[in-house]
Amino acid sequence: MNRWIEKQRHLIDFTASSLARRKGKSLGLLVVYTLLVFVLASVSLYTHALRNEATRVLAGTPEIVLQRLIAGRHDLVPPGYVEKIGRMRGVQKIEGRLWGYYYDSVLKANYTFMVPADRNIAEGEITVGPALERSRGLAAGNGISFRAYSGELHTFIVTGVLAHESELVSADLVLMSEADFRRFFAYPEGHYTDIALWVANPQEVRNVGRKLIDALPDSRPILREEVLRTYASVFDWREGMMLALLSAAILAFGIFAWEKAAGLSAEEKREIGILKAIGWETGDVIAMKFWEGFLVSLLAFLLGYVAAYVHVFHFEFALFAPVLQGWAVLYPSFALTPRIDGVQVATLFVFTVLPYTAATLVPIWRAATTDPDTVMRS
Amino acid sequence: MIFQPAIIALLLAAGLSLAMLAAASPFAVQLIRHWDIGSGSERQLRLERLTYLFSMMMALVCGLQILSTLLFVFNADRMAVMFVGAMCAVGTLNANAYGFPALYAQLALFFLAAVWLAINRLDNQARDYPLTRLKYALLLVYAPLAALVLYLQFKHFIHLEADVITSCCGSMFSEAADTVASELGTMAPRRAIALFYTALGAAVLLALWHWRGAGRRAWGGLAVGASSVAAFFAALIGIVAFVSLYIYEHPNHHCPFCILKPEYGYQGYLLYVPLFTAAAAGLAAGVLTPFARRPSLATLAPRASARLAGIAAAGFALFAAIASVMVLRSNLILIA
Amino acid sequence: MLELANIRKAFNQGRHNEYWALKGIDLAIPPARVSVLKGPSGSGKTTLLTILGCLARPTEGRVRLKGEDISGLPERFLTEIRRRSFGFIFQQFNLVRGLSAIDNIILPGYPTGTPRAQLLQRAEALLADMQLAHRRDAKVEWLSGGEQQRVAICRALINDPEILVADEPTANLDSRLSAEFLAILRRLAEAGRTVILTSHDPLVVESAVVDRVYSLRDGQLIDVRDVRRAAP
Ligand SMILES: Nc1ncnc2c1ncn2[C@@H]1O[C@H](COP(=O)(O)OP(=O)(O)OP(=O)(O)O)[C@@H](O)[C@H]1O
Ligand SMILES: [Mg+2]
Repeated sequence: MNRWIEKQRHLIDFTASSLARRKGKSLGLLVVYTLLVFVLASVSLYTHALRNEATRVLAGTPEIVLQRLIAGRHDLVPPGYVEKIGRMRGVQKIEGRLWGYYYDSVLKANYTFMVPADRNIAEGEITVGPALERSRGLAAGNGISFRAYSGELHTFIVTGVLAHESELVSADLVLMSEADFRRFFAYPEGHYTDIALWVANPQEVRNVGRKLIDALPDSRPILREEVLRTYASVFDWREGMMLALLSAAILAFGIFAWEKAAGLSAEEKREIGILKAIGWETGDVIAMKFWEGFLVSLLAFLLGYVAAYVHVFHFEFALFAPVLQGWAVLYPSFALTPRIDGVQVATLFVFTVLPYTAATLVPIWRAATTDPDTVMRS
Repeated sequence: MIFQPAIIALLLAAGLSLAMLAAASPFAVQLIRHWDIGSGSERQLRLERLTYLFSMMMALVCGLQILSTLLFVFNADRMAVMFVGAMCAVGTLNANAYGFPALYAQLALFFLAAVWLAINRLDNQARDYPLTRLKYALLLVYAPLAALVLYLQFKHFIHLEADVITSCCGSMFSEAADTVASELGTMAPRRAIALFYTALGAAVLLALWHWRGAGRRAWGGLAVGASSVAAFFAALIGIVAFVSLYIYEHPNHHCPFCILKPEYGYQGYLLYVPLFTAAAAGLAAGVLTPFARRPSLATLAPRASARLAGIAAAGFALFAAIASVMVLRSNLILIA
Repeated sequence: MLELANIRKAFNQGRHNEYWALKGIDLAIPPARVSVLKGPSGSGKTTLLTILGCLARPTEGRVRLKGEDISGLPERFLTEIRRRSFGFIFQQFNLVRGLSAIDNIILPGYPTGTPRAQLLQRAEALLADMQLAHRRDAKVEWLSGGEQQRVAICRALINDPEILVADEPTANLDSRLSAEFLAILRRLAEAGRTVILTSHDPLVVESAVVDRVYSLRDGQLIDVRDVRRAAP
């Protein structure tokens, strides 16, 4: 056992020094390899972070949102609906919600005005999201005026700014009291934007949805799990598309690796010939080459992955953002929550290390089975 | 069909395994027909060189199976959100008839590849390579199995439709269902615990005894092989029937997959890594024993078998210890 | 020590350019002596040496090392025996460029799993013995021909083999260096090592250092002569 470990140490020593002796070639391979990992990992980390963000946002939302439809269009929920639903088995809590969009002609941006259920805001005061804080230079205590759609000017005092960590949802939020909301939008008394229902048991959600349609035929229940599923498949699909396109790159990489390994330089061939002549066995050469592949792969994988991590989570995916327009302008500025997950790493591994290993297998074998007597015939 | 990177990766890995084994098959046939260790002919030298390539390939296939089995379960778990009623890997695997068979085929290929590597190692220690023909005959059997793995995975993935209503671990192991799985789930904890510790204890003792005896008794090796297989299944039954309950601290959550999730601190790996290592080693210890009848392996085979038995004993003991710690640390009270 | 029985070796077997380089050789190499294989170019000296040194397997015939038949052994075991029992010195020295002298010397010790410290210690002793201690860390491509040869000898001796095999070892040396080299061989033979070399250099073949000369022609052994009978 000790001998075995000692031997592997020798082999690693030797392969590391021979990589160092062939700097140009090793660096070339390492750069291409790292680049491949970097590109794939960037795409993958980014889509995963987006998806996680979406899932996290959805996790805080109610299991069912009930909208009223008129002629197939979303309409206000008239008075009495919340009561009509009344007590339904499995429903923990029912709540009418008030929210709407406001177009700020100063900044040419849309805000979401909302009446929060979980906090009380006094009349005349608002709490704003980080985007507003930034773009309009607001801080607690400042006053701000919005011109309502009716033309009237309403002035509010900012009393708080929402936390930054999940800007995806809160960036453009403006929270206000119910009275202010109704006054600002001239929202009819007793009407709501939609109704939120919390259901404790996930198995019940579908039943509750069905019963809601029975009780209120003019309404549409939107289940959270459906939204979640749609999100997941949209994100996966996009990532899949990206990776499929990139598989061309992987293929090219495989060929490149093959070339690098098959096109052993005359010097390298001579070296392996010498090793075999002085008493190295085929298996020893294979083990030595295995360690070479291992070292290169490990280094490239780590470098590429770390670079991708920094790229996605600290530079906001800046390099590829223009290519992926559709996603990037969706949420102009929000820091993604860093997260690494096993499936993703394993998948990346299969996409990068596997082609390398497979492509180098035969060339390594060829080199390792050089006849030991070849050096005597040069 | 759901188009997902992990799925593509899995198909890629399975495809590569198959491609390697398929490409090796014609050479394996050549090897079986023309192998003649005593000859110094150039063909024989070429065949000997080929064996190095095949060993490399099998090692890669074995490694790939480990990686892709993990990825398969992982991915199934993550895809669970897409299916109504699915909460973890079980739901996804149940989404069509190919899920579980694909997993089983993968595990089978892993065990077979591991056994092949053990035979290969033993064969390489004897100066006349006595098992070469057998090894390459086995290789011919593995190619169709690799094809089966790819086929089942492909079928599984292509038939995955989002929104399919599936049954998950909750119902699979519940009393309502009438399957083997549900029977395991509803097995009385006392009986499951008894089975679990008896089988594992027997496997550990037999393997230890075989190891201490340097593998001299042939039937000892066979007993190690048989008891390892039994212990492997008993261990899986135990995980479903009671260990998982203690980990989840929930009297009805029987899932053998959820324990791999981050919510439960990846505790499943602590269990499965020693379990699978031990089972593969024990199985190989059994498979190697009959080879002691060949003259050149008379001392090598028992030694290799004993070594593997030692690994199996350590693995099973470690597994049992870890499972016991998990049970003892749990706040769940299953048996008053 | 080392016996060959009816050794035949074919190249490109079964093809139109099939060529039998050795056509039935029987010989026995005596221990602790210097033996030389001589013959015209193409007579099969190198081929015979690769078989004697377990670098290649004969197509037919038996090779026995200390009574043990090793001719049918697969490469894996042949290499093991070779590593233990043989040291090699080549015409072009065949040192690995870019590595220092000492790193070159310990290369054959890697597969044995001997700890590095131990290998280095042995290599330093060998270097000192060859008066090369001061060139320990020099890259081999900066060494002179004679120094390279001595490094190659050190490398051949690192695993402490009983048999030393050298193919045309003096082809790249001038006569002074050749004489020095032969003196070293003598010393090794007197210390109990068996030395086998090929050469068509009269300086070597007729040297007082040599104990036995094997003459080859067209893949056949035509003459064996004991030229010196000094006690080892
Ligand atoms: N790999 C090979 N393939 C084909 N023919 C070979 C091979 N190796 C050697 N030969 C042939 O075998 C014959 C003997 O070669 P060998 O190298 O043993 O001769 P030699 O006596 O060492 O010659 P020299 O004095 O020139 O070194 C030569 O005719 C050579 O062409
Ligand atoms: Mg020659």
